[in-house]
Amino acid sequence: MNKTVPTRIFIPRDTTSCSLGADRVAELVQQTISENELPLQVVRNGSRGLYWLEPMIEVETEAGRIAYGPVTDDCIEDFIASQFWKPNENHPLYLGLTQEIGFLKNQQRLTFARVGVIDPLSIDDYRQQGGFVGLGSALTLSSAEIVSVVTRSGLRGRGGAAFPTGIKWQTVLDTDSEQKYIVCNADEGDSGTYSDRMLMESDPFSLIEGMVIAGIAVGANQGFIYLREEYPLAEEILCKAIEIANEHGYLGNNIAGSNSSFSIDVRIGAGAYICGEETAMLESLEGKRGEVRPKPPLPAIKGLFGQPSVINNVISLASVPIILADGAEAYECYGAGRSRGTLPFQLAGNIKYAGLVELAFGATLRTLLNDFGGGTRTGKSMKAVQVGGPLGAYLPESQWDVALDYEAFVDIGAMLGHGGIVAFDDSVDMSEQARFSMEFCAIESCGKCTPCRIGSVRGVEVIDNICNGESPSQNLQLLNDLCETMTDASLCAMGGMTPFPVRSALQHFAEDFPALDKS
Amino acid sequence: MTKASTSQVEVVAGIVQKHKDVSGALLPILHAVQNELGYVPSSAVQVIADGLNLSRADVHGVISFYHYFRSSPPGRHILQICRAESCQAMGSRKLEAHARQSLQVDFNQTTKDGEITLLPVYCLGNCACSPSVRVGDKVYGHVDSEKLDKIVSQLVSGAVEVRQHK
Repeated sequence: MNKTVPTRIFIPRDTTSCSLGADRVAELVQQTISENELPLQVVRNGSRGLYWLEPMIEVETEAGRIAYGPVTDDCIEDFIASQFWKPNENHPLYLGLTQEIGFLKNQQRLTFARVGVIDPLSIDDYRQQGGFVGLGSALTLSSAEIVSVVTRSGLRGRGGAAFPTGIKWQTVLDTDSEQKYIVCNADEGDSGTYSDRMLMESDPFSLIEGMVIAGIAVGANQGFIYLREEYPLAEEILCKAIEIANEHGYLGNNIAGSNSSFSIDVRIGAGAYICGEETAMLESLEGKRGEVRPKPPLPAIKGLFGQPSVINNVISLASVPIILADGAEAYECYGAGRSRGTLPFQLAGNIKYAGLVELAFGATLRTLLNDFGGGTRTGKSMKAVQVGGPLGAYLPESQWDVALDYEAFVDIGAMLGHGGIVAFDDSVDMSEQARFSMEFCAIESCGKCTPCRIGSVRGVEVIDNICNGESPSQNLQLLNDLCETMTDASLCAMGGMTPFPVRSALQHFAEDFPALDKS
Repeated sequence: MTKASTSQVEVVAGIVQKHKDVSGALLPILHAVQNELGYVPSSAVQVIADGLNLSRADVHGVISFYHYFRSSPPGRHILQICRAESCQAMGSRKLEAHARQSLQVDFNQTTKDGEITLLPVYCLGNCACSPSVRVGDKVYGHVDSEKLDKIVSQLVSGAVEVRQHK
């Protein structure tokens, strides 16, 4: 056999693929290669995000990478015996060229261009696929010019608040503090979201590069990544990537031969949802209870350890390199209205083709649910969709033609948030979902402000009373008053937005509150 | 003071010494203590407070704020069941009920034989394959009652090597 270049076999190593058995697949494939001295090499890539096909194995061919999936535990031995490395179109798991799979082909992958393609810890792969081009470009610009590029790109905070990133950076740049920080919020706690984790596990250098560029732009030499404890594999991969970036001169002193310095520390959260709120996260990073701070002062002026701090989500920061590499206009030309660029949407819950869909803003929710998602996984009709995490509204089918655009969602009393989309079939009881929203708020409230701390506990009680038929219409009035108080008087979005899912359930799914009908 | 707790105090003192000059050291210290001892014993509070020049109330307040930190030893394995919306949409309420019933414990309790501590978790970020559970650092997707029983029985019989964090 040709000894020079072994054929590469790609088997994902991200959390979700491994949760479906990818590690065992890799182990068995490797064992077969070793025992038979086959001219094959296993590469553990990240996932392409086509999760109903995971574990998905790809084989490199002259025509491109071809895929098989899902290679599950009960078929792995037959699969290996079929000698899948010799592309076999007749194999039942054969999917053809990966890039031609409709779910992937119909996306616009910018931030996720390398995700699932490269070995996440190969800095050579990263460079070959356009990595560090943005940094190279940033090093030729002044701080103000870098900030201007980011501002003109129209990039807004992908964590959910959608604040213009460039304006935040400008505020930090304009302060004259000697010590500034870049803080990456990787406390991805919203149910239905996993894009941060995927990116950190599949293309960690893009986050590192984005943070370095942010540091150069605003004059910060220290970065922190606040990563949730629930993501141990992301921690392992990220820490290793930071080590490699240090060895190659992309972190530390004189980055890429310049006069700039930057280092990154990873700090692990401790299971508190509220620490995804930026000021609670700062408290946690300072070693305190994760209680929300009143604003002002803005963290951009007085943030971590009292110093000016840029706080950005993983996806915001990881989108910066491509903006610097291709220019503001190239990014800005995607999107709709004031929502520019792309958002990695995450299809979750009861959906047939669950996975990551990076699309320009502007398509409709229905496109995602039907064309990409293929309806429910259980095959029943889809009843409700929660967009934007546990604080997002439940949307009935009549609202699925809304455009995926920050403002369009606000207009219908909903939010796009971090792009998580959780589908429910018609077996869901929306009164249980409304109750859970209040219960979750009660469990996760930081306790700093009364409307959230106590309102959520009372909210559970009042919903229980309504469902039990105890003076339902009076209790409904009470619940509406309570929701108004929480919305208007809470310190942060936790208490302020918990009423969104509650009220949307009441408004759009009244049939699930039969006691109200009778009263 | 018992011999066991004396050695715990020594372990904690070593950890404090190693991390105390890090900015915002308390969470890294608590993580290191829990990784080492499995929980944060009450005897650790004073040692940490002294090392960081904080009050015991400060340290206790932080430990009790975060769901992740425990003040008592857990079972041999920690089983987390995701209770968040994506898993709910795929039947996690049923899965929770099954786990509680088959293990004869409620959330935040340990089975009588000391094998398994059952914990709720609000999102493992494995939402494309709900419902999900986590044992140690291993996440499982598409878990139904049958699959959960299999995971549990393998744990108890020791058939599964669970990679522990750090």
